[in-house]
Amino acid sequence: MYYDDDSVYENDDDFEKEEVQDQLLLPDDLESEMADLILDVRSVLQVSEGMARILLHKFKWNKNSLLDKFYESPDTEAFLVEAQVIPKTTQPSSTGEDDCDICCSFGELTGLACNHRACEDCWKHYLTEKIMEGGSSEIECMSPDCKLLIEDEKIKFYIRDKTILDKLQRLVINSFVETNPVLKWCPGQNCQKAVKVADPEPRLISCPCGTQFCFSCCQNWHAPADCALLKKWLKKCMDDSETCNWINANTKECPKCFVPIEKNGGCNHMRCTNKSCKFEFCWMCMGCWRSHGTAGYQCNRFNEGQDANRSKHRAYLNRYLFYYNRYITHQQSLALEEKLKETVAAKMAEMELKGMAWIEVQFLKKSIDALAKCRRTLMYTYVFAFYLKKSNHSEMFENNQRDLEMATEQLSGFLERDLENEDLVTLKQKVQDLTKYVDRRQEALLEHCADGNEQDLWEFTENGV
Amino acid sequence: MASQLPRRIIKETQRLLADPVPGISANPDESNARYFHVMIAGPDDSPFAGGVFKLELFLPEEYPMAAPKVRFMTKIYHPNIDKLGRICLDILKDKWSPALQIRTVLLSIQALLSAPNPEDPLATDVAEQWKTNEAEAIKTAKQWTQSYARKFIL
Repeated sequence: MYYDDDSVYENDDDFEKEEVQDQLLLPDDLESEMADLILDVRSVLQVSEGMARILLHKFKWNKNSLLDKFYESPDTEAFLVEAQVIPKTTQPSSTGEDDCDICCSFGELTGLACNHRACEDCWKHYLTEKIMEGGSSEIECMSPDCKLLIEDEKIKFYIRDKTILDKLQRLVINSFVETNPVLKWCPGQNCQKAVKVADPEPRLISCPCGTQFCFSCCQNWHAPADCALLKKWLKKCMDDSETCNWINANTKECPKCFVPIEKNGGCNHMRCTNKSCKFEFCWMCMGCWRSHGTAGYQCNRFNEGQDANRSKHRAYLNRYLFYYNRYITHQQSLALEEKLKETVAAKMAEMELKGMAWIEVQFLKKSIDALAKCRRTLMYTYVFAFYLKKSNHSEMFENNQRDLEMATEQLSGFLERDLENEDLVTLKQKVQDLTKYVDRRQEALLEHCADGNEQDLWEFTENGV
Repeated sequence: MASQLPRRIIKETQRLLADPVPGISANPDESNARYFHVMIAGPDDSPFAGGVFKLELFLPEEYPMAAPKVRFMTKIYHPNIDKLGRICLDILKDKWSPALQIRTVLLSIQALLSAPNPEDPLATDVAEQWKTNEAEAIKTAKQWTQSYARKFIL
């Protein structure tokens, strides 16, 4: 039977197509990737392996740009001097035994193409020191004004100690990744993988180790805020964090009965546990929860007018704290909802025991992933909003943000509280509905932001004033 | 504890004593041949003229693969020298080469006194003053030289 392969992919969205192009590379893969490029260059330029590596490093591992520049250059020798692979000036050649300038002992001296000579022990010490201090894989000749870089072959001639050579290899691989614009190390703890993309641009990368990061800035994936906004925001949070930590002390008082409350789950819909109170409120705006389920939902909007009478500075601080609080609360919820994963896994196991197939219970896993994804997006919507100038478009953004926030709290509340209270069929139906809905809200918000970028609709302030 | 002194250090010390650099003296400590007592005369064309500055220089175990450690002991008003006497000089850090010597390091420090570089500051307040009001900065440097760098002159 004829099977049309293309039709399988036809319905995939763009996002997944891009995913396919990413390659995850382990150190060994990186090594062979590097070796291939070096071989290509050597076959054209007829230079040593070490020279080819230095040249490629200079040109950020862009083979074509290296070869173009090489052939464009009117003076090949000057080009190679500039690239530090051949010496600018060569000392009169001499051989044999002499006084070493470095250690002042008499013995057999050797050197590089520049004829700067030293005894083998001095070269060995010099290279060991340079490699072990770990700065760079590009090591210059010992002579202070000689810019010649030492080829890997030459280093291996002097150094035979395996630990030092291993360290050198790590430096080489690291510089291969760090200078190469299409490669990035996964920032995950203890993750040794690098990701290779077709187009270096800010975009979500999901490493199998669980880390999700932005290819461009290597921070957490931060849509809808862009890298520049996020950088500015993180710096601001770092500068002001002491004050905010203090203001954001871990407990808040119930707005009605003033009993201190510690938050123990991700959901921001709070119910006071004081038996005589049971007041339901929102952890973020501390207002009555009842308005949150209705069209009167105003929690995500910063009320500018409120501060009209206070000094500007105070208003600015309040405005910042408003966004910071929401940013940090979603971040905390994201962390607290990690705990939910266990509850959900237990629930999935229980459902399988009751006769549902593995595939039938995956909806719960999907829902918890969707929850984390939306929390993350919500976090960064407050970064975006902090710098966003007010306009009709910003109103629309805030509407989308409100919808996503409400949908996320609904899903979170359901997963945290109601898993046990429903029979399996209703449960599945409800969770699937809520999940689909948050997914749609998130897509709508991000699409709106992306459209705004394309059409230049967004105007940002320098510092959130 | 005292390991044998490398030949290179012996040679350099001999040459520093036999053939000193004009305006600079460097003498090894009696109890530690890696520690040098250094005096640098303020260059004539600088606000440090007329002063003599005391420095300490230490050759670490890795010398000459690692740079000597040098510090001003005399207070000095200079954008590249902080109040602890630490010096911001490229050859003492990443531009160090084992082919450089105590002699070349001290010459570079002498040159730094003639040509302060407020664009690459260590003492930011001094550098700021040097950039915004050079005349005032030079005046302060002269005053400091008078107050702190004249006690070794007999």
